[in-house]
Amino acid sequence: MAEVSLNNVVKRYGAVDVVHGINLDIAHNEFVVLVGPSGCGKSTTLRMIAGLEEISDGEIAIGERVVNHLAPRQRNISMVFQNYALYPHMSVRENLGFSLKIAGRPQDEIARAAQDAARILGLEPYLDRTPGELSGGQRQRVAMGRAIVRRPDVFLFDEPLSNLDAKLRTQMRIEIKKLHAQVGTTIVYVTHDQVEAMTLADRIVIMKDGHIVQTGTPLEVFERPVNTFVATFIGSPPMNLIDGVVDAGAVRLSDGSALPLPTRTGPIRDGQRVTYGFRADNLMPEGHGPAETGPVATIELPITLAEPLGAESLILTEIAGVEVQGKMLTPRPTRPGEVLRFQLALDHCHLFDADTGVRLGQ
Amino acid sequence: MSRKQKDILTWLATFIVMLIICLPGLWVVLSAFRPNGEILTKPAVWIPRDLSLDNFRAIFGMGEDVVGIPVASYFRNSVVISVTSTVIAVLIGMSGGYAFARYRFPGKGAAFLWLMLSRCVPGIALSLPLFILWSWTGLIDTQIGVIVVYTAINVPFTVWLTEGFFRQVPRDLSEAAQIDGCTPWQAFWKVEFPLAKSGIASAAIFAFLTSWNEYALASQITRSTDSKTLPVGLMDFTAQFTIDWAGMSAMAVIIINPALILTFLVQKHLIAGLTFGGVKG
Ligand SMILES: Nc1ncnc2c1ncn2[C@@H]1O[C@H](COP(=O)(O)OP(=O)(O)OP(=O)(O)O)[C@@H](O)[C@H]1O
Ligand SMILES: [Mg+2]
Repeated sequence: MAEVSLNNVVKRYGAVDVVHGINLDIAHNEFVVLVGPSGCGKSTTLRMIAGLEEISDGEIAIGERVVNHLAPRQRNISMVFQNYALYPHMSVRENLGFSLKIAGRPQDEIARAAQDAARILGLEPYLDRTPGELSGGQRQRVAMGRAIVRRPDVFLFDEPLSNLDAKLRTQMRIEIKKLHAQVGTTIVYVTHDQVEAMTLADRIVIMKDGHIVQTGTPLEVFERPVNTFVATFIGSPPMNLIDGVVDAGAVRLSDGSALPLPTRTGPIRDGQRVTYGFRADNLMPEGHGPAETGPVATIELPITLAEPLGAESLILTEIAGVEVQGKMLTPRPTRPGEVLRFQLALDHCHLFDADTGVRLGQ
Repeated sequence: MSRKQKDILTWLATFIVMLIICLPGLWVVLSAFRPNGEILTKPAVWIPRDLSLDNFRAIFGMGEDVVGIPVASYFRNSVVISVTSTVIAVLIGMSGGYAFARYRFPGKGAAFLWLMLSRCVPGIALSLPLFILWSWTGLIDTQIGVIVVYTAINVPFTVWLTEGFFRQVPRDLSEAAQIDGCTPWQAFWKVEFPLAKSGIASAAIFAFLTSWNEYALASQITRSTDSKTLPVGLMDFTAQFTIDWAGMSAMAVIIINPALILTFLVQKHLIAGLTFGGVKG
């Protein structure tokens, strides 16, 4: 069993805190993705779990053991680095078998383990090449192979796919997911790509400026973002946000028009300044969306631009001077300036405090 | 100009340059195998008529003419001094280079700069203070005395060269190795050292050649067979009125050979080292 728990973990460089007391409990075999903008402390957190970075304060435990003062080799973890960090002077076979060799295992066991890993990852034809003679995707696989050979308690990934092209990235993403299903080990995965986070994670941990902003399943963070940062960070395109003031059960916008309060809004007082949020998927022209089951607000909006994506089009329009994006299913040709009747699904709208960005209501 | 003409010109130019570079060496080698008389003939005799090993026999005291110069002792001193100072300089260079490449510490930039600046001072400018210091400490005319000097000469260079090589080895590799179960020490020897090997080998070669060929300082602080090295010993051939060119040439050949052989043995590393092409993803 290998749970990982972080207890008030702090990382300080000199006088600067880059990770401010993080608390996180990762269950056995859980796939957790740390996601956040560049510089938010994801790698630092991962490297503290790995033991490559000292912990300034707090406690990290893997399984039953507090590992604060254990060297990386004593933690029984594996890590896949962003630039793979394969040993350039060793063949793929030696790279794969390196950890077992260091552990002093017998030759035949090492050979078998390297062979097995190569089979799982489709590396058999390349076993005798050196990393320099492999493509990016193949190197990536070797790096993963090297990690699985050790049968670690925890896998750590630091942006393993960011050096691959888009197509390969999608492919490797699926392979990582398969790998997890196959070997079923606790995984902590760092990325700044929210799509990767959404597709891979059992649970997403969203970080910003060294704090955890929200943890939850991909669906939870998508449907109930705790603040406007998460709302715009998760999901593509980002959530539309419009500022307004609560006024008699509606939100009055800057141009005097009003949007009905989202259905999930709790009690709220008039005059409160709020940010109204909804996703493109929840603003669709009449007849070009799913049959809405919940309450909708119908608004007429002029189209600025339509971006056909095939099965749907992304529609650019404006509400109270703010550019917002909607969607059109089974699209038909449109003209810029054409006014369409849009339906806004109020069950899926959000309200945030305009000053703090914090979510209002459940 | 046609391609062919260009090629010919290039070859010709290369040949002339190489001739200028190699001629003195060639002359020394030729002279090592012929009698003094022929060396001094005017006009110079280019095609040797009378080659023999007499000069070598003479300096090793085996021929009819015995030259009273303890070449064997000089040779032994040279080997001991060069090898020891090289080993020490490489070990220090490796640790220093690694530290400069990997760690941050206060005064790092200044320390590195001073190390490099020390190369700007011609060693001979320090010979007098060195001489005085060595006589006080009793290091004059000892192998250790020379070893210390040569180590000091070589360390800045070995630090500089190995630093460049360790800097090229990504930090991740050592970290990956430690996650794979290595201690930091193991990670160094199994991953970082092999990747910086070419650099360390070239540092070693250059350090060795510097020590092996050094003359100016050694001539000041060595006196006797206890510490005199081959280049200093070469001067034994100059008597007050005569110079035994033949013997000197023979000894020069003896000096040149080990360096030449060594360089050939490690030339693969040397080339990799000089072109800095050690590590690739
Ligand atoms: N050795 C260091 N000294 C001082 N500050 C550091 C050091 N290493 C990292 N930092 C700072 O710590 C913060 C977090 O860095 P970290 O590498 O964890 O970011 P990240 O979330 O992984 O970003 P990215 O997505 O760009 O990889 C950054 O602001 C960085 O500048
Ligand atoms: Mg990072």
